[in-house]
Amino acid sequence: MAFNYDKYLRLEKMPTLWCWGCGDGVILKAFVRAIEKMGVNQDDICVVSGIGCSGRFSSYVDFNTVHTTHGRTVAYATGIKLSRPDKMVICVAGDGDALAIGGNHTIHGCRRNIDMTMIIINNFIYGLTNSQTSPTTPKGMWTVTQKAGNIDPTFNTCDLAIAAGASFVARESMLDPKKLEKAMIKAMQHKGFSMMEVLSNCHINLGRKNKMVSAMENLEWIDSITISKKKYDTMTPEEQLNLLPTGILKQDTEADEYCDMYAEIQKAQQGLRKPISQDDFAKKI
Amino acid sequence: MATREVISTGNELAAIAAVDAGCKFFGGYPLTPSSEIMHVCSDLLPKKGGVAIQMEDEIAGICCVIGAAMAGDRALTATSGPGMSLKAENLGLAQMAEVPLVCINVMRGGPSTGLPTRVSQGDILQSKNPSHGDYKSITLCAGSLAECYTEVVRAFNIADRFMQPVIVLLDETIGHMHGKADIPTIEDVEAGIVPRKRFDGAPEDYFPYECGPTEPAVLNPMFEGYRYHFTGLHHDKNGFPTEEIETCRKLIQRLEDKVEVHKNEVESYEEFMMDDAEIMIVAYGSVSLAAKESIRHLRKEGIKAGLFRPITIWPSPAEKIKEYTDKIEKVLVVELNIGQFHSEVQRAAARLDIEGLFKVNGRPISPYEIVNKVKEL
Repeated sequence: MAFNYDKYLRLEKMPTLWCWGCGDGVILKAFVRAIEKMGVNQDDICVVSGIGCSGRFSSYVDFNTVHTTHGRTVAYATGIKLSRPDKMVICVAGDGDALAIGGNHTIHGCRRNIDMTMIIINNFIYGLTNSQTSPTTPKGMWTVTQKAGNIDPTFNTCDLAIAAGASFVARESMLDPKKLEKAMIKAMQHKGFSMMEVLSNCHINLGRKNKMVSAMENLEWIDSITISKKKYDTMTPEEQLNLLPTGILKQDTEADEYCDMYAEIQKAQQGLRKPISQDDFAKKI
Repeated sequence: MATREVISTGNELAAIAAVDAGCKFFGGYPLTPSSEIMHVCSDLLPKKGGVAIQMEDEIAGICCVIGAAMAGDRALTATSGPGMSLKAENLGLAQMAEVPLVCINVMRGGPSTGLPTRVSQGDILQSKNPSHGDYKSITLCAGSLAECYTEVVRAFNIADRFMQPVIVLLDETIGHMHGKADIPTIEDVEAGIVPRKRFDGAPEDYFPYECGPTEPAVLNPMFEGYRYHFTGLHHDKNGFPTEEIETCRKLIQRLEDKVEVHKNEVESYEEFMMDDAEIMIVAYGSVSLAAKESIRHLRKEGIKAGLFRPITIWPSPAEKIKEYTDKIEKVLVVELNIGQFHSEVQRAAARLDIEGLFKVNGRPISPYEIVNKVKEL
């Protein structure tokens, strides 16, 4: 039987404002299927999005939803999660939202390892606002703010998240929705900060000026720059140079989760345990 | 009302007030001269099962507070001028989405980094419109140690009544002043807590932003079966983005009117020796303490001066100010800025001959400066 999405969608908001052929819809559907398979009650989920095409994600799904200011998803979500640690909080942000204006919050969300999942939909461009350079726009590509070619170095989302301390980091593209769905389930089931980068197309505002005028051409390009982590790990650094590995890149189930640690602070302040000291941590610096 | 006597500082009392008022969440970033509020909250809140978190920046500080308030908590942030500037955009979202919270601003010298450890009242106009767009800000200003407590408690109730951020202004002098204060007993405070309204009907009958033209939204806590949407965009009765002409107009008009129509509920001021006053001094915050001292001195010399002290700064007690300025010729506004509330008194009085005594060098105004100025009038 075909999967029925209706239960999780705000049908009166359809159709979405996303362009014909946009990957965001595929990602949204994978997310909904992941939630259904996890069996979490809709009332126990909060989806927080920022500004950009991805910002509209929250208004299409029938959960507790927040559409924040530009870049601030993780900061809002931190307040929500600390207020109700028993609930599931998911941030959805674009590459500009999460890595440019909101870069600081993304880094510190990873560092705290607070239990939430951040889905970064990376389409390599500012799509909603018409083709400005994002922190992930490949060098040499045309953007409306760098018509002679982008010279800005790119962020590697997952490397950044790993370095910043996220305990779960995965990358998939919307080319394989089944794989994406499975990765999303793992990300959301993981306790700690889960970074889920999803590569997506924007043939309208990235592709048109960069020889990828159709969704398919844009997706073929994504296919050409991605490779499974398993294969990637067997390659030489020269071979790895222009490739992004997909799959689960990091999973640390031992790392302290922030809400759990804050519960220890509460206990210490309430006299239920001795104050936290360096002896409580294996890694001391 | 029963009171208890405490020896404390303004910042500390503000933090204690928040906890006593049922605040469960503090988010912020260290900023002189407000930081002690965060210090005390991080000590007291976890004792009560609450949370205090030092975030990565001022913006994250207000954002997590809005998040906690959306989830249903009473939530607080505290900062000073530079932090207010950074928080502005998200205060705007809280105005637009009607999320109640309290934001304490312990004023220091500005603009920019200004005079971090010195006193100022330079954020009066900023607190009227911290963010872009139209809405009606509510700003309270503590004029004594005891009011650092009572005004913060009142701010939480007002935030929940009007479903919007309430700014509480302290100035560096009040925030760092250390002394004795009579504050209400916990029992009295708890008896006076009025939580935000909530909708108890069926979820399908719930429209959080469908309310009378002068009423605030009714926002139930998250995770309780009432799934709706928060956004900083113009939105419809369910909170979903819309550009429908009438809905947009009504929303912004309502943000104005919900406060304007009910502003008597938040109005608060003190009249000190005003009964027979021939000279009216207008002052607020720490300056009002110097003003009272100067008035006692002037009275000894037979000069009938009195003080009008706005406690609710925005919306200003304009009608009351006009009542006085219509009958008192000599009016002097004393403040630690170049006439930010002075312009409001001029507006309320519809008079351009309102006198001013202003100081912007980070130092307090002494009673003698006020005495001398009054004698010149």
